[in-house]
Amino acid sequence: MTKTKKAPIFSRKLLAIPYALFLGIFVVMPLLIIVYYAFTDMDGAFTLENFKIFFSGSGGDSFFETARFKTIVQSFLISITSTLVCLLIAYPVAYIIANCKLKNKSGLLLLFIVPMWVNFVLRINALKEVLDWIGIYNKPQWNLFNTVLGMVYDFLPFMILPIYTTIIKLDKSHLEAALDLGATPVTAFLRVTLPLSKAGIMSGISMVFLPSMTNYVVSNYMTFNHTKIIGSFIDECFKNDLWNMGSVTALLLLTLMFLMTWATGGFNTESETNTRGTSLW
Amino acid sequence: MVKVKSCLKWLFIGLVLLFIYAPILLLTVYSFNEAETISSWEGFSLDHYKYFFNMDNQPLPIVLQTLALAVVVATLSTVLGTIGSIGIFYSKKRTSSLLNGINQIPVINAEVVTAISFAFLVVAINVPKSTYIPLVVGQMVLCTPFVVLSVIPKLKQMDNNLYEAALDLGATPTKALFSVILPQILPGIIAGFLLSVTLSLDDYVIAAYTKPNTFQTISTHIYSLAKGGTVNTIKSSYWAFTAVIFLIIVAVVITLNVIANKKAGKKQ
Repeated sequence: MTKTKKAPIFSRKLLAIPYALFLGIFVVMPLLIIVYYAFTDMDGAFTLENFKIFFSGSGGDSFFETARFKTIVQSFLISITSTLVCLLIAYPVAYIIANCKLKNKSGLLLLFIVPMWVNFVLRINALKEVLDWIGIYNKPQWNLFNTVLGMVYDFLPFMILPIYTTIIKLDKSHLEAALDLGATPVTAFLRVTLPLSKAGIMSGISMVFLPSMTNYVVSNYMTFNHTKIIGSFIDECFKNDLWNMGSVTALLLLTLMFLMTWATGGFNTESETNTRGTSLW
Repeated sequence: MVKVKSCLKWLFIGLVLLFIYAPILLLTVYSFNEAETISSWEGFSLDHYKYFFNMDNQPLPIVLQTLALAVVVATLSTVLGTIGSIGIFYSKKRTSSLLNGINQIPVINAEVVTAISFAFLVVAINVPKSTYIPLVVGQMVLCTPFVVLSVIPKLKQMDNNLYEAALDLGATPTKALFSVILPQILPGIIAGFLLSVTLSLDDYVIAAYTKPNTFQTISTHIYSLAKGGTVNTIKSSYWAFTAVIFLIIVAVVITLNVIANKKAGKKQ
């Protein structure tokens, strides 16, 4: 007997429609508006002037002498340093936890993640109080140091988590094979473990690099508004009604984000390490 | 030699933990200080706690409304995200990878770019911030992608034959959805909900761009206090709050660990 199948009145595919609309209106549309503002002037006419101004300085002065240039360089400096410091702390931590003999490894890992659940402004506030107490808060020569410290303090868990997830899943037999074949532990680590944990490192970097270039709450808080980063520049553009300039900056950041994500394979949703905290629960 | 090495390892772990916890612990200790500063200890008092737990003062109502916002945002995000995940999962490959790609944008984008672009949209469609709609939807943009990211792996793990079996046995598609698919992806839904709550509680940038002027969240309030730099009573009462939050989290983590250990013990 052949089964007569009724035409499905209800298809599970259709459930995607509300969320697709949501993404279209509230995620894609806003980005298109940014593109629009970046390529138009105050009256809404098409222009490339915003980019020219961005890269030249407004009063005809060289781009390399503008405050904007200083902000950008400073931003990259802070961001690269913060990412490196995070990596140098996070990798050993993740490695030690993943390879320790404790039964309750995830319990130990949790100790490093728990602070993430305290509101980040409260945490940064706590750190600020400590700096104030030591006496290096709001001192010009310490501003860059304090900013990097704040970023590392805020983003360290985002670096530890993906690296740990990759290392814990590594197939130990590769390492053992290298050791059996006569590699020293150091060589074995450099040529086996480290390359195999690249995915975790990459997603950790992408989780720290952009935020430490844009999280102006941290930089403002840690330096009493003295140290400017790209994020604070965008914020100030918006607040001072310089929407076109803000959009140009945002668009450049967006391009950087797409390049980085593409380079690190972040759009590949198959990998389980690339989302902050989802693997945590 | 081996001992020295292992000692160094734990010393390193200890130092990093010290770096992470020292500021929070210091604030916890000084939340019992009579003075409103951590520069000097002027005797034990519960004044900061009394100030914080009084509904007539600013902090407690702000904490409560931040929590309420987080629950509303997380609930809406979870519903939208769960339905969306099921839809995406059963869509054609091309549609699903497009939606998955767009879903990644708010996850990896700089928060300030998400916020400013969303603020442009709010201005363009002219919805007053006082309706709370921009705030709620703005935070949903931040949270829903994470719900999708927690639910989709569970859908992948699911045995698809069960749904077909339910249909063959006469269940309507809706019934099968609720009594076969939903229970299996429930852990992912709960994870997405909890993650959304923490993201909403933690958010400063989106809230700053979309909230009604009269409304404050914990983040925006503390940030505004830092700018003023004068209102010490309020500021130090937040130390008491930090301490309370921290202790609650520690208690929850310890309980979870004890439960997990007991389960592991039973299995053995």
